Amino acid sequence: MTAPGAAAGALRSGIVGRDTLRRLFSGRNLIVVAVIAIVFYIALVPLGFLLWETFVQDGQLTLERFREAYSAIGLTSMAANSLAFAAGSSAIAMTLGTLLAYLIVRTDVPFKPLMFAASLVPLIIPGILHTIAWIFLASPEIGVINLHVIQPLTGRSFDVFTLPGMMLVEGLHLAPLVFLLMVASFRSMDPSLEESAIMSGAPLSTVFRRVTIPLARPALYAAVLIMAVRTLESFEVPAIIGLQGGVWVFTSRIWHVLKDKPPSYGQAGAYSMSLLLLTSVGIYLHSRLAKRSRSYQTVTGKGFRPRPVHLGVWRWPATLLILLYFVVAVVLPLAILLYASTQRFYSPPTRATLSDMSLDSYRDVIHSDLAVTAVRNSTVLGLGSATAVMLLMAIASWIVVRTRLPGRWMIDNVSFMPLAIPGLVLGVGILFVYLRVPGVHLYNTLWIMFMAYLTRYMPYGMRYASTSMFQIGRELEESALTSGAGWFQSFRRVVVPLLMPGLIAGWIYILIVSVRELSSTIILYSPGKETLSILIWEMNQNGEFPQLAALGTMMVGALIVLVTLAYKLGARIGIREA
Amino acid sequence: MLRITNLVKSFGASRGEKRKRVFAVEDISLEVDEGQLFTLLGPSGCGKTTTLRCVAGLETPDSGEIAVADRVLFSSEKRIRVPANERGLGMVFQSYAIWPHMNVFKNVAFPLQVLPRRKRPSSKGIKERVERVLGVVRLDHLASRQATDLSGGQQQRLALARALVMEPPLLLLDEPLSNLDAKLRDEMRFELKRLQRELGITGVYVTHDQVEALAMSNRVAVMRDGKIEQVGAPREVYERPISRFVADFIGTSNFIDGSIERREGSDYIVKTPDGPLRVHADADFAVGAPVVVAARPEHIELTVGENGTAPNHWQGRVEARAFLGEVVDHVVSVGSREIRARCNSKVSIPPETDVAVAFHEEAFSLIPAGE
Repeated sequence: MTAPGAAAGALRSGIVGRDTLRRLFSGRNLIVVAVIAIVFYIALVPLGFLLWETFVQDGQLTLERFREAYSAIGLTSMAANSLAFAAGSSAIAMTLGTLLAYLIVRTDVPFKPLMFAASLVPLIIPGILHTIAWIFLASPEIGVINLHVIQPLTGRSFDVFTLPGMMLVEGLHLAPLVFLLMVASFRSMDPSLEESAIMSGAPLSTVFRRVTIPLARPALYAAVLIMAVRTLESFEVPAIIGLQGGVWVFTSRIWHVLKDKPPSYGQAGAYSMSLLLLTSVGIYLHSRLAKRSRSYQTVTGKGFRPRPVHLGVWRWPATLLILLYFVVAVVLPLAILLYASTQRFYSPPTRATLSDMSLDSYRDVIHSDLAVTAVRNSTVLGLGSATAVMLLMAIASWIVVRTRLPGRWMIDNVSFMPLAIPGLVLGVGILFVYLRVPGVHLYNTLWIMFMAYLTRYMPYGMRYASTSMFQIGRELEESALTSGAGWFQSFRRVVVPLLMPGLIAGWIYILIVSVRELSSTIILYSPGKETLSILIWEMNQNGEFPQLAALGTMMVGALIVLVTLAYKLGARIGIREA
Repeated sequence: MLRITNLVKSFGASRGEKRKRVFAVEDISLEVDEGQLFTLLGPSGCGKTTTLRCVAGLETPDSGEIAVADRVLFSSEKRIRVPANERGLGMVFQSYAIWPHMNVFKNVAFPLQVLPRRKRPSSKGIKERVERVLGVVRLDHLASRQATDLSGGQQQRLALARALVMEPPLLLLDEPLSNLDAKLRDEMRFELKRLQRELGITGVYVTHDQVEALAMSNRVAVMRDGKIEQVGAPREVYERPISRFVADFIGTSNFIDGSIERREGSDYIVKTPDGPLRVHADADFAVGAPVVVAARPEHIELTVGENGTAPNHWQGRVEARAFLGEVVDHVVSVGSREIRARCNSKVSIPPETDVAVAFHEEAFSLIPAGE
């Protein structure tokens, strides 16, 4: 007796009968098909249009766009800048993040909670505010650090509007991400591996070199690749600091050619494709690494309490480093924003300006129609995209984790693809879709940005949902089935409630990041459809610094509330997860 | 009550390899009578759980037929496949699958609440039925407790209550005791057996634990590589294993190779390198046929000294002994082989002692060689 070989999965289970048709078009299957279609659509269609727009001209395959794009003046220096910027800021972020993570997890330094608070900074200070704050801190003429620290000490200024300046600002913003990645890696390391090296007679330095670092290597490589992708696609620092200093990179170039009159879509496409190629290589290497390093995993599920390394005389320099990092990365940017928001016209803090503070700029912002519109747009977009992404991904992750649908792994891969697409490139792709497809009028509406957010945050939603889905035993769902519940009932009454902690965590994360989204939005917004980050961008262009600072301060306040809520909620729900 | 006919279930080996299929269940047929507890026993990977999941509707068989109480649930021939949620069977999972986001009452009420509206009892009716079944499994005092706060044994009983609340015609149990510690497992074994007998439940029980299978079932099917090796009452399977696999899997056996020398009535004289054995067997064996004699260690008696060399009496020397509490295991070398003998705890013979080894009649079963 042989099995029906080819007919697999859902079709196989229809080993069929009078009601095959009824079952084929059941609510469950319709939902599954719809979700798969949406995932493929939002991940692939913008890319398709990007390819078409870049390589096809008048129905002919052509490389003309590339020739145009790459014959522009200063192209070699742009590519070199891009790579140098990525390498430099990654290096700064990696060094800072790894060092701090090691100190916090494996040594006896004080002030550990301070560092964990600092690690939340990228979540609560949007990149655009971080970048602008650093202009106030380190520009050669008005930078507070230059005026009060560097000039008195050296007689010269540090110029933030240079490649090293850009690297520093970007590196500082990304260091917490490396910190969190490396903390996870150091924590999951079985201390008995190091202890057995010590018992074999190796001195501490040898243990560090021969055991600790090799064990952390997969995590280090992974972090490097993530940094490379993030810095290549970074937009805020290149556009705000880089343009002022004449340092061009891919992202600022794409934005620039689209702002031309008329916009050169083909060139934007050509630059986008180049950038996409670079980031895709990074993401591809990262996923290969992740697969390979599974055999390398040191996580055994046991709770470790690693014995902290006693730093001895090095304890004080280490403490100083942590305090310095906290001041530079957290206190200074927030303080300068707060200060700027109290001034009528921005000038560097002096005794006079400090004694003459007002809340006028807050009043201006609250009474400005533009600000009200921006808050409303950001809220609608944030809530809408967070809800839509989590709903879609709850079902998509169910398909991937639970069903035996042939090709379900493709849904998984496709839903992660947008990770490799820089926000700006995605914006360009989506722009092409809705400019070119006749009859669909999404441009000039919030919908076009909603589509972008849906795409950009799909990978994160998938990760949150599928992580929780893996934690729910298959039997919990099967027992609902054998108890007589249909698919929809068991999904609603068993799967979704159990997924809830993960879904809520993902929902809040997406809400937080979508409120700060700039790089896709800046391609897609139209007058009247500004979001908060766009408004801050425009205020920066117009030099309305006090109002910008006031709006930024309020935004940071709101984000602090959201992040705190997320952590509280996560902790509370987390307990019942057992 | 349950009738399975020519059940086949295979799995694709892995993505991309269409040709490689692993047969988890290969042509199984069996029947379970009403009120009986039927056990599928076998090592992991033998297909017992797959068989159970096919009955539950959680797996779709490749071919065959499954019917419960004359209702066909699956038939490849008649093209019938009733979905799991419409089969109305009760199932207890190995991990219990207690829903952690519901309390005890809600867990048990769930199967009633998801009934189609016309069949669903009123909320008062649901409450009554849930309370009754919680009473049966002695959890009535914990109804409002969060399910995750229960102990292992209580979760076990909760899973049972949830499976029973529908009063299903057939109860499916997938290694329900394997997550409990030894002491609790003993208790629950009796508890389950008592409930099954008192409520007249028909059940299919899957386990890899031979003690559980022997203690609880009316009938046992020993499975191996997707096929049923032997079906019978526990005592029958234990005392008359028809193959070396069954004899080895259920209990421990000494296997002694030999060949039939002659027949004496219903007894056979088996020639072995270490002396003749007289073995009773119902089956027919030709003179000269190669056979294996399986000898249960608990029916082998050791006495210090010599005892002549009558059939079923060998001479040996104790090599090692192990005190196991209720019994003492001895390893005795006889000629070229080692025989394991299990004596009651009063008999404990030090190593290096010459002993007489007496096989009792009931120690033996005769198995054709090569199976």
